[in-house]
Amino acid sequence: MQAYIIRRFMLIFITLFLVTIIAFLSVRFIPGSLIDLMVADRYRESTISSEEMLASVKEQLGLDVPVWEQYVRWLGAWPQKDGSFSGVLEGDLGKSLWTARITRDEILQRVPISLELGIIAIITALLVAFPIGIYSAIRQDTMGDYLGRSFAILCIAVPGFWLATMTYIYPAKWFNWTPAVIYYPITENFWANLGQFIIPGVLMGMAMSGTTMRMTRTMMLEVLRQDYIRTAWSKGLRERVVVVKHALKNALIPIVTIIGLQLPVLIGGSVIMEQIFVLPGMGRLMLDALSARDYPVVSGVNLVMATVILLANFLVDMTYAWLDPRIRYR
Amino acid sequence: MAEGIKEVDLGTLAKGKRLPFLVDVLVRLVREKPLGTVGAVIVLLLLLVGIFADLSWLGLPNISLAPYGYNDVWVGAKTAPPSAQFWMGTDNVGRDELSRIIYGARISMFVGLGVSTIGIILNVIIGLVSGFVGGKTDLIIQRFVDAWMCFPGIFIILTIMGILGPGVLQMIIVLGVLYGITGSRTIRSAVISVKQNVYIEAVRSIGCPVWRIMLRHILPNIMAPLIIIFTVSIGGAILVESQISFLGYGIPPPFPSWGGMISQARLDMLSAPWLALWPGLALAFVVYGINMFGDALRDLLDPRLRGGLGRYSGTKKKMPKQKAAKK
Repeated sequence: MQAYIIRRFMLIFITLFLVTIIAFLSVRFIPGSLIDLMVADRYRESTISSEEMLASVKEQLGLDVPVWEQYVRWLGAWPQKDGSFSGVLEGDLGKSLWTARITRDEILQRVPISLELGIIAIITALLVAFPIGIYSAIRQDTMGDYLGRSFAILCIAVPGFWLATMTYIYPAKWFNWTPAVIYYPITENFWANLGQFIIPGVLMGMAMSGTTMRMTRTMMLEVLRQDYIRTAWSKGLRERVVVVKHALKNALIPIVTIIGLQLPVLIGGSVIMEQIFVLPGMGRLMLDALSARDYPVVSGVNLVMATVILLANFLVDMTYAWLDPRIRYR
Repeated sequence: MAEGIKEVDLGTLAKGKRLPFLVDVLVRLVREKPLGTVGAVIVLLLLLVGIFADLSWLGLPNISLAPYGYNDVWVGAKTAPPSAQFWMGTDNVGRDELSRIIYGARISMFVGLGVSTIGIILNVIIGLVSGFVGGKTDLIIQRFVDAWMCFPGIFIILTIMGILGPGVLQMIIVLGVLYGITGSRTIRSAVISVKQNVYIEAVRSIGCPVWRIMLRHILPNIMAPLIIIFTVSIGGAILVESQISFLGYGIPPPFPSWGGMISQARLDMLSAPWLALWPGLALAFVVYGINMFGDALRDLLDPRLRGGLGRYSGTKKKMPKQKAAKK
């Protein structure tokens, strides 16, 4: 197990290094038009020539040095112009181009919101997926199984953002009710906060439950055909015991992986839900930064998201290896 | 009935060849998978509606499936409710919603097929090189794929589309590259499992060049996962495109993308609540069809992916166990 963890840990560092390169490059492709925009913005108030202004804007953005130097500066492994080290390694993701706000603080402020949304979604997904998936498997090829499977496919096919739009439109039309547009922090008003998060959270969870449900069914079917299940039946155990104690426990391992792998999809879904339900989370930060062409913020958000997913995948792998000894000796 | 089947078998045996691969798959699809057939019909419907939305590309501007052009404005009929003239009503500037849905199918078709085509080409290139060459090359390529897959798809697409600006072509290329890298994992593992077969060793030992082994001996044997990935990514691409267009970074406004139409309908929600209904239904219908079709193909082609219920998994052995489990 130790050797496996160490090997995986080495790989994670290489991947993390590549992740920083991708996140960094996503900023460096700042189109020339943006620099022209900044030059034009400042030119009006200043007296120096436009060439000088261009040079000063480039210097301010740190574009006046070669790309590799920009990268190591951004990473924090190379002194900035004033000789200090401030970069990703020091926990500094840079400043917004337009406002004076610090990207790290901005992100930290918004993480809890996206996290809450994600937790509600995962709880919903599990609450929906497990009972239906298990039922479908133990009553294979019955009416209930067909209904359950159709429901799973419906969850995958019906776009969550469309359902969200519908919950915005029709209650407003028929009952004069709209979701709140002001954000209530969870510490101030718990119920108002929950009321705000429950609809987008459940909608995200439904989208996620489709895949989980199908995976649960497939894994349960596979396990139910094993010899030890037949042994359990022949011992005269009750159905509940066979299904929950013998089958479900063994089917859970791959299901955990699937839930881990769906994390990027979940985070992606939160972008749209936060936009529709006006929640100031990471997705909104990303969209706001994009529409303002605030590239340091964009790269910061990308880097944080990728790191979170990388660590989550690592944890999933570790759980998997811990639960199933065959993997760590491969 | 039984006689008929026998005759077909004898006929093909006499000629000394089986039915072509794709025809065989289609025949089995219709025979064994009713829901998959429904899915296939929906996919076909999308293609037909997309192709025949109008025929001006054939030089026949007068024949069209859509009653009006997607950008034809009816002055004085803004946000009109559904009627005999406008079956689905009109939108905020007075354009026929039905025509826009039909042209939207064309955009979805372009996006779906374009993305899947670019994606599958990249899948094959990355998967073949990484899986067949192996060793250090594989290690390096896979770390890049790892790093790329850490970024949530929608964030990467939004970032790149934010830089490139909205447009159909950009959308297809960006999504294609994304799917190309993500799907290469599956192809790589398929290549690795094919590589371990004895016949690969045999052709290698008679001095067959590497490119020939890849193209003539590996590629035909990974057709099953390729077809599955191709089909499934059509649905995924259509859904992601609609999300990006909904957020305003995908297909630019005059074009009738279903996602963009839902986004626009949100603004007219009080005066014309039905407008959000149609594009969403169209989207759900198409994605449902593609998923069903993809599922059926997966069952027919690659039983390993679905817990051993396929055609090649030895049903004789499985039957008694299945009965035991049902009790």
